Amino acid sequence: MTSTETGFLGRLSWDALPIAGLLQDPSANEIVANAAAGVVIVGVIAVVGLLSWFRLWTPLWRDWLTSVDHKKIGIMYVVFAIVMLARGVLEGVVMRAQQAAGPGDGFLEAEHFAELFSTHGTIMIFFVAVPFVFGIANYVVPLMIGARDVAFPRLNQISLGLTVSAGMMLMVSLVVGRFSTGGWTAYPPYTGAAFNPGVGPDYWIWAIVVSGIGTTLTGINFAVTIYKMRAPGMTFMRLPMYCWTIICSSILIVFAMPPLGVAALMLAADRYLDFHFFTNDLGGNMMNYANLFWLFGHPEVYLLVLPAYGIYSEVFATFSAKRLYGYNSLVIATMSIAVLSFTVWLHHFFTMGQSALINAVFGIATMLIAIPTGVKVYDWMATLWRGRIRFSVPMLYGLAFLMLFVIGGLSGVILANPTVDYQVHNTLFLVAHFHNVLLPGVLFGLLAAYNYWFPKAFGFRLNEFWGRATVALWTIGFLLTFMPLYFVGLMGMPRRSFSYDDPSFHPFMIVAIIGALVITCALFSVLIQLWVSIRDREKTRVPVGDPWDGRTLEWSIPSPPPPYNFAIIPQVKDRDDFAAAKERGIAYPTPDAYEDIELPRNTGIGFILCVFSGVWMFALVWWIWWLAALMTVLMILAVIIWTFDDSTEFTIAAEEVRRDHEAWLSLVHSERAVDRDYETSPENRGLARPDLEAVT
Amino acid sequence: MDKRSEMHRRERRRYVIGYGGSLLLTLAMFGVAHLFGIETTGVYLTIGLLGLAQLVLQLVYFLHIDRRRSSREDLHLVLFSTMVLLIMILGTVWVLGNLAIRMHMHVM
Amino acid sequence: MKRAPTHSYPGINLGERHASADKATEVVTFGFWVFLMSDLVYFGLMFAIYITMIDAQAGGPGPHELFDLKSVFAQTLILLTSSLTVGLAMLALKYNLPRGRIILWFGVTLLLGLSFLVLELRDFMAMAEKGGVPQRSGFLSAFFGLVPLHGLHVAAGCLWLIVLGIQLRAKGMTDLIISRVVRLALFWHFLDLIWIGIITIVYFGGLTYG
Repeated sequence: MTSTETGFLGRLSWDALPIAGLLQDPSANEIVANAAAGVVIVGVIAVVGLLSWFRLWTPLWRDWLTSVDHKKIGIMYVVFAIVMLARGVLEGVVMRAQQAAGPGDGFLEAEHFAELFSTHGTIMIFFVAVPFVFGIANYVVPLMIGARDVAFPRLNQISLGLTVSAGMMLMVSLVVGRFSTGGWTAYPPYTGAAFNPGVGPDYWIWAIVVSGIGTTLTGINFAVTIYKMRAPGMTFMRLPMYCWTIICSSILIVFAMPPLGVAALMLAADRYLDFHFFTNDLGGNMMNYANLFWLFGHPEVYLLVLPAYGIYSEVFATFSAKRLYGYNSLVIATMSIAVLSFTVWLHHFFTMGQSALINAVFGIATMLIAIPTGVKVYDWMATLWRGRIRFSVPMLYGLAFLMLFVIGGLSGVILANPTVDYQVHNTLFLVAHFHNVLLPGVLFGLLAAYNYWFPKAFGFRLNEFWGRATVALWTIGFLLTFMPLYFVGLMGMPRRSFSYDDPSFHPFMIVAIIGALVITCALFSVLIQLWVSIRDREKTRVPVGDPWDGRTLEWSIPSPPPPYNFAIIPQVKDRDDFAAAKERGIAYPTPDAYEDIELPRNTGIGFILCVFSGVWMFALVWWIWWLAALMTVLMILAVIIWTFDDSTEFTIAAEEVRRDHEAWLSLVHSERAVDRDYETSPENRGLARPDLEAVT
Repeated sequence: MDKRSEMHRRERRRYVIGYGGSLLLTLAMFGVAHLFGIETTGVYLTIGLLGLAQLVLQLVYFLHIDRRRSSREDLHLVLFSTMVLLIMILGTVWVLGNLAIRMHMHVM
Repeated sequence: MKRAPTHSYPGINLGERHASADKATEVVTFGFWVFLMSDLVYFGLMFAIYITMIDAQAGGPGPHELFDLKSVFAQTLILLTSSLTVGLAMLALKYNLPRGRIILWFGVTLLLGLSFLVLELRDFMAMAEKGGVPQRSGFLSAFFGLVPLHGLHVAAGCLWLIVLGIQLRAKGMTDLIISRVVRLALFWHFLDLIWIGIITIVYFGGLTYG
C-alpha cells in the first residue's frame, strides 16, 4: 500500500471520472473512453426508463430477480452473457482498428490499449463464456435428467447474483476510474503496488474473486445435481452426452477455481497489506503467480469447451436423425480430457526458465490431449455418416466447428512443442490459436445451443434465414480476422502491442479489421434474428415441445415447460429415452395418477448478496474501509438471517398439475405430426413424426 | 430401544478410539521432535509418516470414510481430490524447485 | 415439529445411511463434501506456496526464532478434543438425548474453538514482537497466508456453532437443523485434518528445512 491516508470516500475523487480527462485533453483517446462510459450510462438510464415506463419493476422483481427456477436463472445468465459479449466484441474491434491504423501509434494511447485487451480477455472468459455455458446448462441439464430443479436452487440464485455483481464492476470501471492494464492474466510484479498503484488491478482482483466464488458454487451445484438428481432408471451410461460434459466441467470448476482465488487473493494481500508473495524484493517470487494462475487457466479452457462438445454431440445426433456414434468412447474421451487438463498447465510458460526435461514432460502431456479430442472429432463425423442430415442453424454451426476447430487444435499441437513455442511465444500466432479454438469451439457451440434450445425455452422457433446469415457472418468474420494473425505471428509480431513499425504487417491488419467489422455485423445479426423471430412468433409456435424430432427428455415436455418441468417424473429405460419412446409409439403417455409437487419458494437472497457484494467490491477498490467493513457484516448477517427462514417450499396441488398436463396432452393428440421436410414451416407445431427408416 | 443404545455405544466408541489414537500419534510426533531434535530428514520423515497416519485415522474414525458401500462415493470423491491435489502440489514444488536451483535462489 | 424420522438420521455416513436416510440430507451432505474438497484445494495450494517459499526469508527471522512448539502442542490437543466433542454433540442429536446434553457439547466445542483461537492469536503477537510480521519476507507472507486462513475457518466454525445453537433452541431438532449439525461436524473434522497438515508441514517442516 503506497498511502494510508484515506478520507470518508477513500481515494475516490472527481478525477476518477473520464470526463475529467476529456476536459483536460480532448484527444481521440479520451473521446473513445468517454464514448464507452457514455454508452454504459445511457444504457443504464434507458433500462431504468423503459422498466418504469412499462411499469415492469414488480414483474421483474417477482418473476425474475427473486426466482429460483433454474430455467429463469438460465435465461438471466444468457442475457447477461450476451450483453457482455457485445462489449467484448466491440473492444476487439477497437483493438483491431488501432493496429489497422498502420505502423505508428494509431489513435489510442498505450495505456488505453492495454486496458482494452485486459477487459476484453477478462470479459470474454469470465463474463461471457462462463455465464453463457452455465446459463445453457442451467436451462437444459435438469430437463435432460428428468429433475424438477437443480440440487440447490437457492444457491444457484446466489451464484448468478455474484457473477452479475462482478461483471458490473467491469462496467463501473468504465465510468469510475480505470480498469487494469495487466492483461486478463494480471501478472505481477507489473500488477503489484510498486508498478501499478492505481485502482485498475484492484478492479480485476475483486471481480475475479467474487465471480470465482459464484462459479465455484455453480460447479458444486451441477456436480451434485447430475450425480444425485437423475430420474429413476437414468444410469450413468444412459446420461445424455451433454450432461456428461457438464459434470466433467463442474468437476473442473470445483478443483480449478481455487488456484485462481488463491492467486488473486495473494495479489490482493501484496497490494493492500504489503505482503511479499509476488514482489521483487524481500523474497517474493512472481513465478509462483504464473504457476498458480495457469493451474487454474488450463482447466478453465476445458471447462468452457467440454460443454460445447456436449452441445455438438446433441446437435449432430438430432440433426442427423441418428444415435450418437461411439457413446462410450465419447464418455471416456471427455473424462480423459478432464483429467489430462490438470497435467498440462506449464505449457503456458515454457519460456520461464525451467529445465528442458520439465518442458518436455508437459509438452508431451499437452500433445496427449489431442488423442481424446481426435476421438471425439471422428465420433462426430461417424455420427454424420449416412445420417439424414438437415442443414439447420445449429447443424451449420456444428459443421463450421468441425472444420475450423481442427485447424485450431492442430495449431495447439504445434504450440505444445516447447522448441516451437520458444519461437512463437507471446506473438499473435498464439492469439490466433486460442481465438481459433474459443470462437469455433466455445462460441459457435453456445450459439448452436441458443438456436437449438430457444424453442424449448420460449415456445417458438428462431428465424432460419437470419440464423443462417449469422452463421455465415461469424464464420467469414472469424476467418478474416484471425487467419491473418497466424501469419503476422509467425512473422514475429508480438501480441498486446499498441504500435508496430514493420510495414509488412499492415496488409494483414487491414484484412483483420475487415473481419472484425464482419464479426460486428454477426453480432447485430444475432439481435436482428431475435427481433424478427419475436415479431413472427405466431408462425413458429411449437407448443407440443418437440420441433426438431429430439432424442432426449427435454423434448418430451411442453414448450415452454411448466415451472415443475415434469408433471410425472419419467422412468428412463433407454439412452436417448424420448427417441426410443417415439420409435415404439409410447411417447406422451397418460399418467395414472398425479401427485402434489413441492417447489422451492422465491427468495431475495441472491439479489441482496449481488448488491452487497457489488458495493463491497467498489469500497475495496477505492479504499473506503468503513463501507467495506459494513458490507462484510451485512453480507454475513443477511446469510444468517436467511438461514432462519424455514418455509422454503410451496406446493402445487395435484389437481392443478393434472388440469394443465391433460390440456397439453389433448393438444398433443389433436396436432398433426410433421416429418422433417416441414421442420422449418409453420406446420411444425412441435409434434414430430419419427423418421423410422433413418433410425435403423 | 436396547438396540439403539447398543448402536449409540458402538458409535461413541468409534469416536473415542479415533480420539485416543490421534492423541497417541500427536504425542509420538511431538515426542520424536523433542527427543531427537528436528534437524535431519530422517526425523522429519518419521514425523511426516505419523502425521499421515493420523490423517488416515481421523478420516476413518471421525469422517467415516471406508470401503463400505454406503460411503463409497465419498471415498471416490476423496481419492479423486487427493489425486488432483497431489498433481498440483507436486507439480508446483517440482517446477518452482527446479527454477529456484537454476536461478540460484537458495544462496542468500 | 417433525420428529418422526429423526432416529434414522445418519451421522456422517453411518451404517444404513443410504438405505433409510432422507434423500434431501444425502444430497446436501454430498454437496458439502464437494465444497470441502474445493476448500481443500485452497489449503493444498497454500501448502505448496509455503514449501516453495520456505527459503525466502530475506534475512528476516525464520522458523527457529519464531515458532513456539509448546503452544502449537497445546493448540493441537485443544483442536483434537473439540473434534471429539463436536462428534459427541452429533451423536447426542442422532440418538435423541436430551437437548441439554447437545447444548452442553456444543458449548464445550465452542469454548475449545475459542481458546484455540486465543492461543493462535497470542502466537502471532509473540511472532510480531520478534519482527515476524508478514510484511517482512516472502516466507512470513506464506506463513501468514496459510495459518490464519485456517484460523479464519475455525472462527467461521465458531460463528456457525453459535447460530446453530440459537436455532436449536428456537426451533428444536427439526430435520433441517439436524442436517446442518451433520455438516458442521464434517466441517469441524475437516479443519482438524488441515491442522495436522499445518503442524506437519508448516511447523515441523519449517523447523527442519527453514
